[in-house]
Amino acid sequence: MKEIRLHGRGGQGVVKASQLIVKAAVKGGRYGQFIPFFGVERKGSPVFGYLRLSETPIRRKMQIYFPDMLVIMDDSLVTLPATYDGLKDGGIVIINSKKTAEELLVPENAGIVASVDATGISEELFGKNIPNTSMLGAFAKIAGLVDKDALFDEIANAFGESNRKAAMRAFEEVKVIKE
Amino acid sequence: MGKIKVLTGNYTATEAAALCRPDLVAAYPITPQSSVVEGLAGKVHNGELDANLVQVESEHSAMSVVQGAAAGGGRVFTATSAQGLALMYEPYFRMSTLRMPMVMALATREMTSPETVWSGQQDAISVRDAGWIQVFCDNNQEIMDMVIQGYKLAEHPDVLIPVNVCYDGFYSSHLTEGVDVPDQKEVDEFLPAPSFAHCVLDPKKPFALDPLTPGPLLMKYRKSHLDAMEKALDIIEEIDKEFGDKFGRYYGGAISEYRTEDAEVVLITIAGMTGTGMDAVDIAREKGIKAGLIKLRFIRPFPAKRIAQVLEGKKAFAVVDRSVCFGWSQGPMHMEVKAAIADVNEKYAHFSAIGGLGGADISLQNMLDTIEQLEAQKEEHGEKTTKWFMNE
Repeated sequence: MKEIRLHGRGGQGVVKASQLIVKAAVKGGRYGQFIPFFGVERKGSPVFGYLRLSETPIRRKMQIYFPDMLVIMDDSLVTLPATYDGLKDGGIVIINSKKTAEELLVPENAGIVASVDATGISEELFGKNIPNTSMLGAFAKIAGLVDKDALFDEIANAFGESNRKAAMRAFEEVKVIKE
Repeated sequence: MGKIKVLTGNYTATEAAALCRPDLVAAYPITPQSSVVEGLAGKVHNGELDANLVQVESEHSAMSVVQGAAAGGGRVFTATSAQGLALMYEPYFRMSTLRMPMVMALATREMTSPETVWSGQQDAISVRDAGWIQVFCDNNQEIMDMVIQGYKLAEHPDVLIPVNVCYDGFYSSHLTEGVDVPDQKEVDEFLPAPSFAHCVLDPKKPFALDPLTPGPLLMKYRKSHLDAMEKALDIIEEIDKEFGDKFGRYYGGAISEYRTEDAEVVLITIAGMTGTGMDAVDIAREKGIKAGLIKLRFIRPFPAKRIAQVLEGKKAFAVVDRSVCFGWSQGPMHMEVKAAIADVNEKYAHFSAIGGLGGADISLQNMLDTIEQLEAQKEEHGEKTTKWFMNE
């Protein structure tokens, strides 16, 4: 089982993105589970999500303290202690940013760190900062946990072809900034 | 065969309720339940569900409206949480004591104060003596299956008691996972149209429903209600088997067990913490601890005999509650499990554990710590201090 913690801000689409990953995983005959963590709900406040993917049924329903992977939709969150907290040694970080690994305060024990300017892609394609579908493109490339085509079909079903395009762009543009 | 859909706990309740073909749905939105009824409203709007959807101004009205429709012989559904349940307390009691069958989904939530909208079971647990049947679900599949089974149970001629299908607010209500959604045809075969006829309102045959009733007669009604609760324990097992034979999923009836056969120490859980508890049992087993788990599914009626049977010969148990028993400094399910066992302090080491209030997490580590404490204390019979999962 892989445990992935997502960090974003209210309105960036953390919940919808995670649900699409679960759909793609389940369609592929595997198991997926997503639990959002809501604080005081308002646009812009930090949002967490707990995503699990597994070959066997997932029983635990709890928060994720030691993630195998972090998906960070907003690079202003890296200064919050909760963002990198508990990342496993060699854990993967996928982040929406144009900054360097040093600027992003990535912890020493991280494995692959990959970044993509998902905000730039979404602003260019949609005229606003909704980076979730672009981040799914980066996730498909770096995580290797769900079938890319299945995930992109779910994106298109849920949000239309323009969002598939956003995901494709991020899939191409995501780059590893630390290994 | 059903179809696997990826759904939140709330939308699972929506799909399940729609499959049961309710005649009428009335509800008022409250976090974290709101999307249950939002989903049903969508289905009515799209023409997928042929039901009367009544928009009401409060939960008191929601329960009153469904009560009127049930008195007319209809199958009805609603959902609520916490303060909403508190506001419907008066018609809630009347629904069960009029012996009107229905299913209400309850996305359980902490009671204020301090102000909170997050998970907890204080709402459902606090009304456990209001005459309803209460079942607690661990995962979305169980929510689906218990809504369907709930109508079968509520409408059974030997039962005629409304059923609360409870699941953890947020940790289950907003949890997304794959769910096997049964075919409509199969649900129709399992659950025929309602035919209860003990109080049908018919304008052509007017009569007064629920007039002032003298005490001696009221006592007969109460005893009959309690007898039906007792009988429901058998019907729950029958329906579990019938459902399992048809849909391939058995839940064990009023309780389910995990690795209890040779267990020395037993964790007792309720609702969504159960899966985490099962993972903790597996880890404890790898460390050489003979651990097992009992999941409380139905708490009204309370399966006292079955719990006592499973615990017979074990050394220690802890009951984890996501609510408190004010005045006893422990969890309510611990109180009830103790009441199920004569000489509990002579036979077992045991304690109450309380966690997950107001949206706090119940973690794998909490469950493991509890099992390890049981292992360490298993030879020292008697009740230990209540354990609080005080996570940062």
